[in-house]
Amino acid sequence: MSWLRRHTVQVIGLLVMAYILLPNLVVLAFSFNKPNGRLNITWQEFSFDAWLNPCDTPGICSSVGLSLKIGIIASLTATVLGTLVAFALGRHRFRGRAGTNVLIFMPMATPEVVMGSSLLTLFIALGVGTGQTTILIAHIMFCLSFVVVTVKARIASLDPRLEEAAADLYASPAQAFRRVTLPLVAPGIAAGALLAFSLSFDDYIITNFNASPSSVTFPMYIWGAAQRGVPVQVNVIGSVLFLAAVAFVGIGQLLAAGRQRARA
Amino acid sequence: MTEAVSAGPARRRRRRLNWVPYALLAPGMLWLIVFFAVPTVSLVSQSLQTGDVFNGYTLTWHVQTYVDALSTYWPQLVRSLVYAGLATVFTLLLGYPLAWFIAHRSGRFKNVLLVLVIAPFFTSFLIRTLAWQTILGNGGLLETTTDALHLSWLLHGFESFLGLVGLGTGNQLLYTPFAVVAGLTYNFLPFMVLPLYANIERLDLRLVEAASDLYATPASAFRKVIWPLSLPGVVAGTLLTFIPAAGDYINSVLLGSTQTVMIGQVIDSQFLRVLNYPLAAALSVSLMALIITFVTVYVRRAGTEELV
Repeated sequence: MSWLRRHTVQVIGLLVMAYILLPNLVVLAFSFNKPNGRLNITWQEFSFDAWLNPCDTPGICSSVGLSLKIGIIASLTATVLGTLVAFALGRHRFRGRAGTNVLIFMPMATPEVVMGSSLLTLFIALGVGTGQTTILIAHIMFCLSFVVVTVKARIASLDPRLEEAAADLYASPAQAFRRVTLPLVAPGIAAGALLAFSLSFDDYIITNFNASPSSVTFPMYIWGAAQRGVPVQVNVIGSVLFLAAVAFVGIGQLLAAGRQRARA
Repeated sequence: MTEAVSAGPARRRRRRLNWVPYALLAPGMLWLIVFFAVPTVSLVSQSLQTGDVFNGYTLTWHVQTYVDALSTYWPQLVRSLVYAGLATVFTLLLGYPLAWFIAHRSGRFKNVLLVLVIAPFFTSFLIRTLAWQTILGNGGLLETTTDALHLSWLLHGFESFLGLVGLGTGNQLLYTPFAVVAGLTYNFLPFMVLPLYANIERLDLRLVEAASDLYATPASAFRKVIWPLSLPGVVAGTLLTFIPAAGDYINSVLLGSTQTVMIGQVIDSQFLRVLNYPLAAALSVSLMALIITFVTVYVRRAGTEELV
């Protein structure tokens, strides 16, 4: 009993961790299921079928392809635009700063359904048909703020003395920026890009407002499939993404830890 | 804005380079103005127009649309705020111990745990929400597990309890308000844990020791020292959870029933299926107005100014 009292935080922490991870484990487990009929909800028998034929359901792989394409273009564009804004906010003083901050903050404080519907009213008023381009416009818009915040935080944590030291050693402002500032900010930019990609790849609500029947992204495909029974292939793709993300971030952490150890 | 006034030579240099920040800002800000600010104006304008899809709309300042929208759909609007509020409270109750655990008690597993909190983000939101159907459904994972452990009385007791407090039907978990709130809690938990973690990690644990040296009980040390210091994290986390949860309808569609319809669902169907644009726009504007009011009051009360 006293053990439990001393370890309350650990026990609760691990239980909450289990709550966070349980759905991912269920998705992974049921990617090896061989459902009897359309519904992949009760366990029938173990099989590798879906893993061997991930594209075996019509439309699924083209929707993943479209989501990847939109995710890459949107995150790259948002990263470039957002990084520029972050440098303006982190390195310069100018009139209109407060207004800029509000404009950056508002998209993060607006529910997706409001942003999606307001963009749709604009496209309706202008007579613009929805499709891939309008999805891209929307994704760049809502990813931008998250990139700005991530990169700005990194810039704020930099030691200004490093740039001063570079200037003292006769580096021109451009050289100091390229050789000192940019490499130091790079992890923040990478984190912002990664965040933007995951937001874009995963978005359903805003996308649904600004898409057309011919531009079906992966989340839209799942939404449609959820009405009739989700094919096992969806679990396979979900699991691949999850495992890839864990591996990606895990390797990054290992490399960072290794570098730290090498330095120490 | 008085920041520009500063000392001698630095000021002169800065003034000569003054166009630089604006050049850096221009592309991004232009994007946000054209595709965020202008659409917001266009949404408000749409809500005050009359007409139909085929003959077009004209701005007639028809405020009656708001009266109609709110008198018909106020239950869904209130329900969205209640569900989002409940989910926010639950994410805080679950997220705080987890953030504390990761920050101060996990030792060398700290980074691994952080990765595992973020990793679910990379599996689609929809797939993970659908997984809760598998877990909570009749004959699902939870029911088979409790059956196997001879604990089904516990599950049935919980279901009856939910029925009594108005969060369930008394005989199932899936397709009840409980499932929707649990789904929202689950989906937005990382948004609560990360800002809390960032805050709690910087907390100096010697303050707790100091408090207990001064004869504070653990409870009063928490209430008087730790909680006030973690307020910025709590404010950030609750906003990041409440706002998206209030507009979400993925959870209420996939885990709820016709009795759990949230406002986002109404806006979606009015816009995309019924094609009643003014009504849908009026509901959208109302949701936004309610959230802005809530956030302003809440942030004032919590006394935090800097949010970004």
